[in-house]
Amino acid sequence: MKPRLLIPLILFLLLVIFLAVGLSRDPHEVPSPLIGKPAPTFEIGQLADPHKIFSPESMKGQVWMLNVWASWCVACREEHPLLMEFSKTKTLPIIGLDYKDQRADAITMLSREGNPYTLSAFDGDGHVGIDYGVYGVPETYIIDKAGVIRYKNIGPITPEILREKITPLIAELNQS
Amino acid sequence: MKSLISILLLMFACHGLMANEAVPLAEDPVVEQRLIGISEEMRCLVCQNESLAGSRSDLANDLRAQIRTMIKAGKSDAEIRQYMVDRYGDFVLYRPPVKPTTWLLWLGPFTILLIGILGLFAYLRKRNTSIDSKTLSDDENRRLDALLNNVEAEFKKDPRP
Amino acid sequence: MIPELGHYALILAFCIALVQGVLPLFGAQQGRREWLVLARPAAQTVFCLLVFAFGSLAWSFYVNDFSVLYVAEHSNTLLPTVYRFGAVWGGHEGSLLLWLLLLSTWTFLVAQLSKSLDEFMVARVIGVLGLVSSGLLLFVLATSNPFERLLPAAQEGRSLNPLLQDPGLVFHPPMLYMGYVGFSVAFAFAIASLLSNRLDAAWARWSRPWTTAAWIFLTLGIALGSWWAYYELGWGGWWFWDPVENASFIPWLVGTALLHSLAVTEKRGVFKSWTVLLAITAFSLSLLGTFLVRSGVLTSVHAFATDPKRGIFILIFLSLVVGSSLTLYAIRAPKRAMGAQFSLTARETMILLGNVFLVTSAASVLLGTLYPLLIDALNLGKISVGPPYFNAVFVPIMIPLLVLMGIGPWTSWKNTNLLSVLKRLWIAALLAVLAAVLIPVVMGEFTWLASLGFLLAFWIIGSGIQQVFRQFKTGKPTRSFIGMQFAHLGIAIFVIGITMVGAYQEERDVKMSSGDTVSVGGYQIQMQGISAAAGPNYQATRGTFEVSRKGKLETILYPEKRNYVASTMPMTEAAINAGLTRDIYVSLGEALPDQSWAVRVYYKPFVDWIWGGCLLMAIGGMIAMSDKRYRTKLRAKYEA
Repeated sequence: MKPRLLIPLILFLLLVIFLAVGLSRDPHEVPSPLIGKPAPTFEIGQLADPHKIFSPESMKGQVWMLNVWASWCVACREEHPLLMEFSKTKTLPIIGLDYKDQRADAITMLSREGNPYTLSAFDGDGHVGIDYGVYGVPETYIIDKAGVIRYKNIGPITPEILREKITPLIAELNQS
Repeated sequence: MKSLISILLLMFACHGLMANEAVPLAEDPVVEQRLIGISEEMRCLVCQNESLAGSRSDLANDLRAQIRTMIKAGKSDAEIRQYMVDRYGDFVLYRPPVKPTTWLLWLGPFTILLIGILGLFAYLRKRNTSIDSKTLSDDENRRLDALLNNVEAEFKKDPRP
Repeated sequence: MIPELGHYALILAFCIALVQGVLPLFGAQQGRREWLVLARPAAQTVFCLLVFAFGSLAWSFYVNDFSVLYVAEHSNTLLPTVYRFGAVWGGHEGSLLLWLLLLSTWTFLVAQLSKSLDEFMVARVIGVLGLVSSGLLLFVLATSNPFERLLPAAQEGRSLNPLLQDPGLVFHPPMLYMGYVGFSVAFAFAIASLLSNRLDAAWARWSRPWTTAAWIFLTLGIALGSWWAYYELGWGGWWFWDPVENASFIPWLVGTALLHSLAVTEKRGVFKSWTVLLAITAFSLSLLGTFLVRSGVLTSVHAFATDPKRGIFILIFLSLVVGSSLTLYAIRAPKRAMGAQFSLTARETMILLGNVFLVTSAASVLLGTLYPLLIDALNLGKISVGPPYFNAVFVPIMIPLLVLMGIGPWTSWKNTNLLSVLKRLWIAALLAVLAAVLIPVVMGEFTWLASLGFLLAFWIIGSGIQQVFRQFKTGKPTRSFIGMQFAHLGIAIFVIGITMVGAYQEERDVKMSSGDTVSVGGYQIQMQGISAAAGPNYQATRGTFEVSRKGKLETILYPEKRNYVASTMPMTEAAINAGLTRDIYVSLGEALPDQSWAVRVYYKPFVDWIWGGCLLMAIGGMIAMSDKRYRTKLRAKYEA
């Protein structure tokens, strides 16, 4: 048998291997290019009081979590109870970024479902979201003491992700 | 004469009144052209597979507005692309950048073509020479003819396959 | 009751398909006639069972049986009857059942129309088709059962995606699948001949009409999909290099190569090994396409509900079918070049060269489609490969092929004096250059790309006209010849269409109130007003637009913005005035705060030539298929 005739078979088997690996990937998930880079700076008013300004600079020196949410976002409701529980452990400050929302609706939702956030910044027109590469709510960032983004979670946080990825990371970052 | 002129003027004025030319949706068509050119080559991140130019989603509208602002601010196409890549990664570009991870992609097709054409001619050349060496000698030709005649005679007797 | 019967029919069909697959193949291997003769009746039975199964699903849709999960997910009492039928294949499970139905149809046709074919061959061909069918039936029964019940039954269905409530979409999947699935016949013939170790010209002659038929359907299916996207999606595009579109286009390219290669193998007895490989590849690509569309590995607008479990199953099925075929090929393919000699400038070479271009373009599109997956699998990040890549890569590869199309038909078998052929084509060359220079001037703008498009299109047309003149001098043309002329002309018309639209279309995005006029492409479009309208399952806002040219009213267009009962997204129904030389296309955007509307209008010159060209190609195929050679009963004599 001529070895050349095996080429189609070999190419096909290679293809199958890649396809098999591909089945375990999610083609919609967009990894963030911001990981390992400094958190983009911004200055916007807070949800509760538009005159109080929030900026990520003010969080330097501690490890903190930025959670992008909105009152119109269904998946955020899924995540909310988990965030409430997590905030009670006081592991780290959770700052909310209320994305493209109506102030009144957002405040109502927090008073009804509970407020896990130390505070929420109000990104009404979404320009801060763009700087952070937000494309679907909810999204969560873990930012270290130097203000560098270390982790981004797309979609609601699940107990598994919290347990296996986020909590160990926070512990690690707190030690440095 | 004066009244004739004023009648003509009135007619022209009325014509202008009756046909209202629609206003372009975009403020500045030149900026808009550039926007379309840039955003056509970018992916709408919330859609399954639509370009940033065509998508009607909220995020796409926001990003197009942002690009419009940047165009008006005088940024170049490359700068705008870099802005988007910085925030969303290479995934947002429909035209994959040329870097070591995409060399196979960009060079692949022409490499395949080259291999195909060279392979074709190598095959043809080898084929012609190998077939040459297989032509029958005169003696073999005679034997072949005899055999074929036999077969034909048999076939005439019983044509079933 | 009926869904259960349908389900039972599927189970029965699986068992019989297994018999159809296994016994005839073993029978042919061991010379057992009793097993061989099971092939045809098994195929006929499976066909009847699948017709029944499909019929029972269709019936469930017709009577709005929402106790069937699939019906509840894709239909609705307000859905018009004709779309209820289309909804049968509107989702994954139903469309797979359609796949199976069409596969059994092709198998049935092979069983009926192969009376003069050698028994062993028939058994093997039907056997291979039986194995493929049984694999797919197992897949359906195990992971994608359309007859699954929803208990308690839903009061109302979720309804069919409004985008799919359209005649174009009703016909597009069946046409496409007839094509996709039709390549299984050429595949089965190829495998059968490898198994029997009889790779001769007869196999090629048998495969040709089946392959041509499949190719015709695939051409029409792809064209329908493209035409549908154009008029339905509201913004005038007709091809997006979306992974699912590519999944149907790649087999088409290889199928075209196969078509030409089969012609050479039949006439000259050469390239047998290559043609067999193409036949295996074409169907493998159809299966690969099925995998890509339904497994969720790629991002696409066409995504079916995806489920990794289904993806794994299809991948295993794909690996078994293609893997074993390619292994068989490696072992049994003819080891030495056989058949007559031919020179470097002969028609054989030209066709093979054409094959190289077609297969390269198919490989390139496949590379681009799979590349994001490749990079992700290697953990090298996430990239997108979109239209800019495909256009940059596909077009340059096609250019030499288009040139070759003008030359190839002039070459003779065995040997050609290429120089004299080229000299004769000076007329075509002149026509091409004239077109390349004059048409852009007439249209008002010269671009090199447009010029190139006209050059290539008219080169093919000119060469074709010269061929026709020469043919009439020598005698009555065969249907094969006429078919080829139509098909090649179709390509030229297609190229003219895309060149015209690409280079000379005009678009205006404007704000309009009653009485406003917008000018585009020499036409004036005036908005008369907005009114409310309603359909069987939607409410709409309808605009009235008068289209005039040089002061004369040509037509009135009524674009709509529809809100369907079961959907939150408003749908845009563009209004198109189609013509031989241009389309006028009006699409309603959003209502603006000051009572005016955002409106988009297009002037698209010669856009219908795109699909007209595809139709000509299909007609060419049909004419070629009807050639006497395929219908003569005297064929058996020649095969001895």
